[in-house]
Amino acid sequence: MRQVTHIFNKEFKDYFISPIAYIVISVFLIATGWLFFSTFFLYNQVSLRNFFSLLPLIFSFVIPAITMRLFSEEINIGSYEILLTMPVTFKDVIFGKLLAGAAMVVAMLVPTFAYAITVAFLGELDWGPIVGGYFGAILLGVAFTSIGLFASSLTRNQIIAFIIGMAICFSLTLIDKMLFLFPGSILGVIGYIGADFHFQNISKGIIDSRDIIYFLSVTFISLYGAQLAMQEKE
Amino acid sequence: MIRVENLTKYYNEFCAVDQINLHIRKGEILGLLGPNGAGKTTTLRMLTGFFLPTSGNIHVKDFSIWENSLEIKKLIGYLPESAPLYHGMLVYDYLNYVANIRGLTPDQKISRLKKLASLCGLNNIMHQPISELSKGLKQRVGIAHAMMSDPEILVLDEPTSGLDPNQIVEIREIIRQIGKEKTIVLSTHILSEAEAACDRVVIINQGKIVADGSTESLKQTGNREYGIRLSLMNATEDHVKKKLIALEGISNLETIPSDDPEILSLMLTCKSKDDIRGMIYQRIKETEWILIDFHQEGKSLENIFRELTKEN
Repeated sequence: MRQVTHIFNKEFKDYFISPIAYIVISVFLIATGWLFFSTFFLYNQVSLRNFFSLLPLIFSFVIPAITMRLFSEEINIGSYEILLTMPVTFKDVIFGKLLAGAAMVVAMLVPTFAYAITVAFLGELDWGPIVGGYFGAILLGVAFTSIGLFASSLTRNQIIAFIIGMAICFSLTLIDKMLFLFPGSILGVIGYIGADFHFQNISKGIIDSRDIIYFLSVTFISLYGAQLAMQEKE
Repeated sequence: MIRVENLTKYYNEFCAVDQINLHIRKGEILGLLGPNGAGKTTTLRMLTGFFLPTSGNIHVKDFSIWENSLEIKKLIGYLPESAPLYHGMLVYDYLNYVANIRGLTPDQKISRLKKLASLCGLNNIMHQPISELSKGLKQRVGIAHAMMSDPEILVLDEPTSGLDPNQIVEIREIIRQIGKEKTIVLSTHILSEAEAACDRVVIINQGKIVADGSTESLKQTGNREYGIRLSLMNATEDHVKKKLIALEGISNLETIPSDDPEILSLMLTCKSKDDIRGMIYQRIKETEWILIDFHQEGKSLENIFRELTKEN
């Protein structure tokens, strides 16, 4: 656990030493801010529902950009060898990196409280869905971060890691909008795979164990995949 | 201290390390020698716990890499080839991070960092980003990294490769200082380095150990030929041949073209173990020749190395 903390500290600090954190946070805030507020007054509703419904799509682009370097860079410069020959296990490494990525997602979400506060001035805001929305956003963020980590473990090239990560997250987000393409017998399964579906459930303020289990299983499977990929490299 | 038993590593079909057995004693400086691709780095990576062997075992003290890999990592400080450090970090931040992972307390950390900075000459570069350091400085940061927890065993993979001659001397000096108290395993393909720094040399070729011993004992093994270089003035080739070829132990004599027509340069190939230089000198003294150069060469580690690692 001590090692996880040290790795987390290092990785999280790295984001703010390099310009990545600032670029990603600005892009995220500009994109969500613009897309949310440009239609906000047309709906004439005091809620953040539209903001939360944007999140899975925007996360699909932004989170792989955060996670792309986590393993790729280590493989590329060879520092992975140094890291793993210090007294740490692979679990310490991957949890440290996962937490660092997730912390970046949280750092990205914190400024959006301003949206909630702004909206609350305009009328009676129901805080339940807001809390649910942020809770769901964190779950979604952790799941996408693990997918990004998995993509990053596949290649030494950060650009490729970004594209793979984005492709997976994007498919998970959109798959339940594409149900008409699949035969009827597997519709239930495909619908269940969609990340957006589970996220929207939570962001309505309904905390269902199925949705939580979904995000946890995506996280677990991705991390396991990353472990296999890294072992294969050794 | 370290016991390697039947260590084997396959990369898919390719056998990189083949049934290596090795015993490294405490306080020894062991040089792992071999041509590129002989399996040196693979062996060191298994020893340091970066990956597991296909079969075989390594014991460090009483720990086995299969069961107590974490304990072994605590005992070993490792510097991989060309010191692949995080280049975005400052030297101080990096060493601080390593100290944290190695489990040093804040008090220990400060004194340790100071000590390492002076041992490895890092005082002036502590606040520079690693990416801006020269190769030699990076290597020194790497050694400081490996020494952080004051480990009993230090493993260095080609610590001087790619450095300029001054830097090589500096790094070697650091290694020699460290080597007074620690067990060191270093790999290299530079023979003079092994000769200068190591108590014991193990030569690996195609994944197998082909020689093992001190540099002195390696030189003595077998009835190897060695050469004597001779430069004479005032002498003709025929005369010299007639005079010297009769000596027992000289198997061949050939002239080496020289720039100066006045000087006759010769290479004598000697096969006997005994030193026949005295006898050669006696012969020369009997004549009118003027002796300009007279030295023994070729009986070096290089010849042995080339002989043992020749591709068949």
